[in-house]
Amino acid sequence: MAAAITARERGVKVLVLEAAPKDFRGGNTRHVRNIRYAHPAATDFVTGAYPVDEYYDDLLRVTQGNTDKELSRFLIEKSEDSADWMQAHGVKFQPPLSGTIGLDRTNAFFKGGGKQLLNAYYTVADDLGIDCRYEAEVVDMKIEDGVFTAARVKYQGAEHIVEARAIVIAAGGFQADTEWLKEGWGEAAEGFLIRGTGYNKGRMLRVLMDHGAQTAADADQCHAIAIDARSPKCDGGIATRVDCVIYSIMVNRQAQRFYDEGEDIWPKRYAIWGRLLAKQEDQIAYGIVDAKVNDLFMPSMYPPLKSDTIRGLAEQLELDPEALEKTVADYNAACRQGDNKDKEFTPGVLDGLSTEGLEPAKTNWAQPIDTPPYYGYPLKTGITFTYLGVKVDKEARVQFEGQGGRSVPAANIFAAGEVMSGNILGQGYAGGVGMAIGNVFGRVAGEGAARHVSN
Amino acid sequence: MSQTNPQPPVDYELQGDQMPDLHDESRRLMTICNACRYCEGFCGVFPAMMRQKTFTDQDLDYLANLCHGCNGCYYACQYAPPHEFAVNIPQTFARLRADTYRRYTWPSCLSGLFQKNGTLVSVLLALGIGLLLVLVNLFNPPEVVHGEHAGNFYAVIPHNVMAWSFGGVFMYAVGVLLFGFWRFRRDTAPGKPETPLSVAGATHDAMVMKYMGGGGVGGKMDGCNYPDESFSQIRRVFHQLTFWGFLLCFAATSVATIYHYVFGWEAPYDYNSLPVLLGTVGGIGLLIGPVGLIYLKHVADPNTQVGAQRGMDTGFLALLFLVSLTGLALLAWRETGYMGTLLAIHLGTVLALFLTLPYGKFVHAIYRYAALLRNRREQKS
Repeated sequence: MAAAITARERGVKVLVLEAAPKDFRGGNTRHVRNIRYAHPAATDFVTGAYPVDEYYDDLLRVTQGNTDKELSRFLIEKSEDSADWMQAHGVKFQPPLSGTIGLDRTNAFFKGGGKQLLNAYYTVADDLGIDCRYEAEVVDMKIEDGVFTAARVKYQGAEHIVEARAIVIAAGGFQADTEWLKEGWGEAAEGFLIRGTGYNKGRMLRVLMDHGAQTAADADQCHAIAIDARSPKCDGGIATRVDCVIYSIMVNRQAQRFYDEGEDIWPKRYAIWGRLLAKQEDQIAYGIVDAKVNDLFMPSMYPPLKSDTIRGLAEQLELDPEALEKTVADYNAACRQGDNKDKEFTPGVLDGLSTEGLEPAKTNWAQPIDTPPYYGYPLKTGITFTYLGVKVDKEARVQFEGQGGRSVPAANIFAAGEVMSGNILGQGYAGGVGMAIGNVFGRVAGEGAARHVSN
Repeated sequence: MSQTNPQPPVDYELQGDQMPDLHDESRRLMTICNACRYCEGFCGVFPAMMRQKTFTDQDLDYLANLCHGCNGCYYACQYAPPHEFAVNIPQTFARLRADTYRRYTWPSCLSGLFQKNGTLVSVLLALGIGLLLVLVNLFNPPEVVHGEHAGNFYAVIPHNVMAWSFGGVFMYAVGVLLFGFWRFRRDTAPGKPETPLSVAGATHDAMVMKYMGGGGVGGKMDGCNYPDESFSQIRRVFHQLTFWGFLLCFAATSVATIYHYVFGWEAPYDYNSLPVLLGTVGGIGLLIGPVGLIYLKHVADPNTQVGAQRGMDTGFLALLFLVSLTGLALLAWRETGYMGTLLAIHLGTVLALFLTLPYGKFVHAIYRYAALLRNRREQKS
């Protein structure tokens, strides 16, 4: 939508083809909470400065350098006016409030979330005279030598050929296409839940790749977190998230632990547990906590399973009761040993309260699970979006494979958002980057497309 | 593994007695919202929700009355219908609010009046006007009813008769309202004494209609998403006109009462006297405000409204408008021969208003105030 509005404001005619119905328009933006953008000082909706350099360092750290550095720098510099641009287009922000995820300095929060932003954009689009068609799915594109001429569109039960002088692809990743996910993840992909829209099947990405577009990031790279196993297959969004991990022990189907639950504070480990679960049998694991800690994290949408005994809880979770009892007993025996006897359990900070002689260790918040009732949270991999996308340049032009593997920018094919996020996100994630990619490259793409059409 | 159903127990379109348990449905929604919390910037409900992990029926009654139906959370909701979670807070809480009105009224056998509120208002209006016209004509010869009295109402209805009858009905209404307030507060905030700060804070919030302003960044107020998706202050404007109109008219009556009993100054009062000025300004507010609110309600998105409650919502507003209209007409023609008839009509509407006060939309004010009190008490400063 940022691309459509930008192009229309430069005087060209714009048609938006949205595969989803109106109520689910805008892809994953509907589920978005905030944008991470560079800013030199505090504003009404961020608590302090977030300089370009710091943002850049953060991005290098989370991606472990697995990013197009030039493009990342470009993204971050261009993000400086993102919030202003959004406000100018009707988006409402909220003041920094509870700071539930500790991002109130770096990220601006949309009041009510991404759907409010979308509503504002579509209202602006309507006022500008942009033609938006819903349930209009582009199934193919006519591309010759890197030049787009027309799209084949399924709309109201018929196929149409839509000719245009430029196209911006902002059609998302392929996370809702399980078969494609299997290319990166094998059969484990069957067990993944899709946190966002079920309409992101990567069709446009596939068409571009078939026509020789270059790609960025690997097929198994994505943002994925631990969400409640009882969530719907698609579109469960933020509410299905469960934050019990650091105060729990996490056990797999065999009732065995498999990773240090207390490695770091939760916001920093939030996004690794999706991948950890993906490697477990049936992509599921169970967070076990007792009454002492059950109120220390955000309440879950689905109530935890509950029992006065570990055995009873195992039966409810359909785990082997003996195995779970042994795992809990072994863990409890490893707590409060040696140096850890007198350390204080302190929620919210790394308290260093660690297990002794247990493999794998729990290195913080390790206290015995001994106070009934006991609670169990079944968790599965929830995939947010995939990173594999088309390669772009600073004008958001899709790069095609030229002679000798050289990158040749397409004349009139632009890409923005998840579909090109792999340029920035080779791996890892920092909250709110996805929205920055969408907004910055959306505006750049819209500008480029308008310039091409006007010439 | 036992599955707790996140889906609504029945079709969310159902209304009236087909409804699922309102508390269960509200609890389902609050549990989803408390795991999401995207809407914390909209109103008082979400920060209040975030202060707890579980919700008793009484907590939900409180939250529903803290909600003022601005619809911000509905339009911004990633889970709004047709999403399978079917989260619709404004509509569900509107139903639960109406349910609290029924449960906390007195006597309880009259709780059905809230459901047939449009009819109740119409019937009482007709009866009130009819009764007054009959009485005025029964106790006065035609030349008195149709005579000119230089604006002296007591020539047609003696002061004592008017004061005692209307005062009595009014005191009954106030008694029922206070009893409801006391019971609601006892249940939703047991054993918690008010503090000067909570009373001052809640009174401030009520007077300026803080949450209707919609909040925003940098002290700006974005407004509500009412009557449609766009942000607007229009509902707050009309509601303020209604609220202050009502208070000014009430003040006019109070001042006149003081004039009469304390100073012995008897009506009629001059056009530039305090009671008449207060009443006139308030009356104008009560003409514009209710019409605006009824219009907004009429054009509002039906997905955010409860069709079955339209009668209650508009009945009270229509009555306020008629009381004001007849009152101003009476003022305008008080020195003509129409005064007696106009007086009877005006007092008929006032009678209907007083009688329906505890059994109609007016009661939202007392439960909302109780909710604002608890909200202020629980807020960290």
